[in-house]
Amino acid sequence: MTHAMANAMRPPFPAERGVDVYNKKLGMWVFLASEVMFFAALIGSYVILRFGAPGEWARPGIVLNIKITAFNTFLLICSSVSMVKAYAAISDGDPRKMRFWLLMTIIGGATFVGIQVYEYFHLVEHGFTPAGVREGSELAELVKDGTLPAATMGLYGSTFFTMTGFHGFHVTCGVLSMAYLYFVKALPGKITPQDYAGIEVVGLYWHFVDLVWIILFTIVYLI
Amino acid sequence: METTHKHPPYLMIWLYLAVLTAAELALAFELPISRNLKLLLLLFLAVWKALLVAMFFMHLKFERWNLRILAIIPVPLALIFIAAGMSEHIW
Repeated sequence: MTHAMANAMRPPFPAERGVDVYNKKLGMWVFLASEVMFFAALIGSYVILRFGAPGEWARPGIVLNIKITAFNTFLLICSSVSMVKAYAAISDGDPRKMRFWLLMTIIGGATFVGIQVYEYFHLVEHGFTPAGVREGSELAELVKDGTLPAATMGLYGSTFFTMTGFHGFHVTCGVLSMAYLYFVKALPGKITPQDYAGIEVVGLYWHFVDLVWIILFTIVYLI
Repeated sequence: METTHKHPPYLMIWLYLAVLTAAELALAFELPISRNLKLLLLLFLAVWKALLVAMFFMHLKFERWNLRILAIIPVPLALIFIAAGMSEHIW
């Protein structure tokens, strides 16, 4: 009997013990691992461009509206707490409280997206665009008088809108997922103290989005 | 049947996160310290906040190690990826 045949006749290996989590949760963690690499690519590109930039980098304190974004950061942290409270409520057997906290999270997330859209309109109005500073705008005057560096405003514009835009897209997906959970699953009573996988899995995604924003806020707005 | 589990102190974590965010803002715009020190402290605070979220809200502190490893592995990979990109500026 050849070696190959001997292998073919061998019974299959016994299934290995898994990581002891249900498939949806494991799937979400694997997805989040890929998301870490996705955001690492964006943040890494930003860091590399910033360190290699010719001359001074744009000053976020002058270009951006830090106060409104700080409020938005606080809002996202609050929505993360309300999501984990929804999880705690259903695991304690209280669907009514779970629905309340889930709704609060949806409102918090939707408000975050709304404020980000407002921020984008505000920035573009003042001349800060993904292509840099718009000619004839308020910011263009600051570039002319040397307050802002002309050489790096284009890089800052494109990296700023790419990173915050992709994050905003993730927040929007999170809000839509939670709205689906709320209207299709939670309200008809399909999320029970015996089966609340949806809340835990979407919650993991939501906390990850919050975590990414914590890093982005520091890197893009504060440094 | 209703069961009550013991949960981490979520509101306390929320308070920590709020205070750390306020500290970040004060550090970034109010404190007159050197730029490099400011950068290091801001990154330290951001990592601290991110760890709080991962440990308590994502419950990594209470998960088994095999799931924790799944969450941890991408982090050094991401750092290696960024360091490799930075290499021409560092060396």
